[in-house]
Amino acid sequence: MINLTINGNAEEFDENSTLLEASRKLGIKIPTLCNNEFLKPYGGCRLCLVEVATDRAPENSRLLPSCCTPVSKGLIVKTDTERVKKARIFILQLLLARTTDSQELIQLGKELGALVEEGALDPVGEYLANRTEKTADTKCILCGLCVRVCSEITERHAISFYKRGMEKEVRIPFNKVAETCIGCGSCAYVCPTNTITIEEVS
Amino acid sequence: MADFRTHLMLCAGTGCVSNKSLEVKEALELEIEKQNLQNEVEVVSTGCQGFCAQGPIIVVKPDNIFYQLLNVEDIPYLVEEHFLKGRQVEKFMYNPPDSKEKIPTLDEIGFFKKQQLIALANRGLIDPEKIDEYIGRGGYKAAIKALTQMSSEEVIEEVLQSGLRGRGGAGFPTGLKWKFAAGSPGDEKYVICNADEGDPGAFMDRSIVESDPHAVIEGMMIGAKAIGAARGFVYVRDEYPLAVERMIKAIKDAREYGLLGEDIFDSGFDFDLKVNRGAGAFICGEETSLIASLEGNMPEPRVRPPFPAVSGYNGKPTNINNVESWATIRHIINNGAEWFSSIGTEKSKGTKVFSLVGKVNNTGLVEVPMGVSVREIIEDIGGGVLNGKKFKAVQTGGPSGGCIPESLMDTPVDYESLAKVGSIVGSGGMIVMDEDNCMVEVARYFLAFTQQESCGKCPPCREGTRHMMNILTDITKGKGKPGDIDMLLEMAMLVKDTSLCALGQTAPNPILTTIKYFRDEYEAHINEKRCPAKECKELIHFDILEEKCTGCTVCARNCPVTAITGERKALHVIDQDTCVKCGICKNVCKFDAVRIES
Ligand SMILES: Cc1cc2nc3c(=O)[nH]c(=O)nc-3n(C[C@H](O)[C@H](O)[C@H](O)COP(=O)(O)O)c2cc1C
Ligand code: SF4
Ligand code: SF4
Ligand code: SF4
Ligand code: SF4
Ligand code: FES
Ligand code: FES
Repeated sequence: MINLTINGNAEEFDENSTLLEASRKLGIKIPTLCNNEFLKPYGGCRLCLVEVATDRAPENSRLLPSCCTPVSKGLIVKTDTERVKKARIFILQLLLARTTDSQELIQLGKELGALVEEGALDPVGEYLANRTEKTADTKCILCGLCVRVCSEITERHAISFYKRGMEKEVRIPFNKVAETCIGCGSCAYVCPTNTITIEEVS
Repeated sequence: MADFRTHLMLCAGTGCVSNKSLEVKEALELEIEKQNLQNEVEVVSTGCQGFCAQGPIIVVKPDNIFYQLLNVEDIPYLVEEHFLKGRQVEKFMYNPPDSKEKIPTLDEIGFFKKQQLIALANRGLIDPEKIDEYIGRGGYKAAIKALTQMSSEEVIEEVLQSGLRGRGGAGFPTGLKWKFAAGSPGDEKYVICNADEGDPGAFMDRSIVESDPHAVIEGMMIGAKAIGAARGFVYVRDEYPLAVERMIKAIKDAREYGLLGEDIFDSGFDFDLKVNRGAGAFICGEETSLIASLEGNMPEPRVRPPFPAVSGYNGKPTNINNVESWATIRHIINNGAEWFSSIGTEKSKGTKVFSLVGKVNNTGLVEVPMGVSVREIIEDIGGGVLNGKKFKAVQTGGPSGGCIPESLMDTPVDYESLAKVGSIVGSGGMIVMDEDNCMVEVARYFLAFTQQESCGKCPPCREGTRHMMNILTDITKGKGKPGDIDMLLEMAMLVKDTSLCALGQTAPNPILTTIKYFRDEYEAHINEKRCPAKECKELIHFDILEEKCTGCTVCARNCPVTAITGERKALHVIDQDTCVKCGICKNVCKFDAVRIES
């Protein structure tokens, strides 16, 4: 067992757990988008960031993704500081500046304070909400859950990422239904933005 | 080499080759034959000699006479004069920008004088394709010593004590990294050489692999012994075909000499190397994506820990170092930690190779002790700013770094001092900018690079760098709004704080430093719609000065869109609505009558 402090509570945790699992055990809510307990942690969406320091240098803290950070002795973890809140709001505002079509994201945005009425936004939020065009024409936020479920669980490797940066997208090889796809629907099931639909093909 | 009276060290580095040094070589050999000197004079092809702007280059040994900017047509004269008649040819010698006197020998040229060569020790002295020449200059001595006389712990201790820090960007202590990898449980371990070098304007690593591949191999042998690895990879950027070719040949030659393979020097130690070509993106240089790419996966960084020293290639303990770090190792083993740590500053030991480019007279590769000032590099080695213009700033550390203004030119170049002024040593890129460079445009240029090279895994980097580039682009077009500077600063801090890997974490640095040192330029763009450096096209216009225009008609005849009208011998006028701001009129006017206004 490992001893560490989360939001002021010193507790013991199983040594194979992550900060996300440890926090949830204490009933602390941490939002996630790219995490799924049956898949390897990815650390991509950055929504689960928490502020972490060690007891040797408590003033020297960093933001780390709780989903991929293992518990370790003497960590001081804070899940709810101003810095953490600001970071999460920024991430969601970036995603909402990408697409506003996803009800799931809008809901999350409201919960975390990223979507507020006019006038209550800070300059960065104001820019992202009102001064830019949408950066993507899909609801996909590139969380990679579909790609990972298809390779790690079903082992079909029927979908993958293509290109990089803003051009990055999820694709099926050669853009037609992959012969390896068994139509299991796992990808659609894990997708946090409901981007994937399963259709019958004859 | 002993039989020849004279050796011509001809640069066959990438820069000189593109300036036709191979044709020059052919002409030299032909002419030497013709004059019947083939038993006295030998032409040796070397790797990059560092002074690429002056290529093709030859250095005549043993006197170190330096000839530059050679053409094939010059060769008969040169050979006859120097090698037949024994008269040095002043015409082909180097002329410093601010002096009339030519400089005959390499050792007296400012560009070379202040340099101290460790990683580049064999520069211009060997043919990189000949293993015997490397061995002839003391090559593989350090490997023999490490493999046959030292324990792994002793090797690690030596590197630790030397104070060497990684030359690939982050500056992590190399000995400590080796210690972690050595201490990680597992009997299958790997070493990797990172030769992916993708920063714009940087070519340190390419040059080392091309000009001294065995130095990298020898360093890797020593590192492998230290951590207990039997296999290694050299991951070379795909756009570096010559580096790939030379490394493959060097590995093959080393194998034939029994320097790689099984039971090397009867020490019971096995080690072999393989070359891999990079997957063609800047992010492949980040260590975790490099390893993913080696494994055949999508080159995306992953969260550390676990560090490669614990879980790297195929999940096994792996030690990854930069080309220059590897090439430095053998000197530490040969000369000792104490010698190495006597060079440099308190916390930054040894020397560092920089690629000096941009608006500077002597562009090229320079290796200097840590702690020399920015000014010494730019003025003494670089020969000052091109065309007598005024120095404005230098960007160090490539797109992850920051710019250093004129007022901080005396900053010592070491890890701590550069970090203090908001920049980094990084991998060693140095881009010099003069009074004509707009600093908002500089920041926009680097952000355009990083947003394109972002792997796209995490939103702050993927989306954030795109937004920051867009905001900067708007400012350069006169579409900035009051408050944009503070908004940019806030966004930059958020991207730094929330990105997954160092690409996103450092991408805002050019913005932060240009705002810190050149805020007035941002303000002029936003508030007055003016570009003080007169670079941003949307904010400038061209005008012809009445008192200077002679009515020669040259501008009108050269304007591609016929925007200029005027009678012969009368004032010419530019129609601003037609003008596309190409600047041709300004360049062709002999009377300096065309002005850029902003
Ligand atoms: C976006 C990015 C690109 C990088 N590119 C390189 C590179 O081309 N060469 C290199 O040696 N290190 C590069 N690095 C640093 C490596 O991740 C790693 O720190 C380095 O290879 C370690 O070697 P060193 O300790 O000898 O410096 C890069 C890092 C990032 C974040
Ligand atoms: S439905 Fe097809 S693509 Fe989706 S997870 Fe299943 S096999 Fe993979
Ligand atoms: S399609 Fe859905 S699951 Fe797949 S990457 Fe996009 S948002 Fe994630
Ligand atoms: S910071 Fe940029 S390059 Fe690094 S993982 Fe995130 S998106 Fe990819
Ligand atoms: S800047 Fe170019 S387009 Fe404009 S007047 Fe001069 S030559 Fe013509
Ligand atoms: S849930 Fe942790 S980074 Fe996405
Ligand atoms: S390539 Fe010849 S000096 Fe650099």
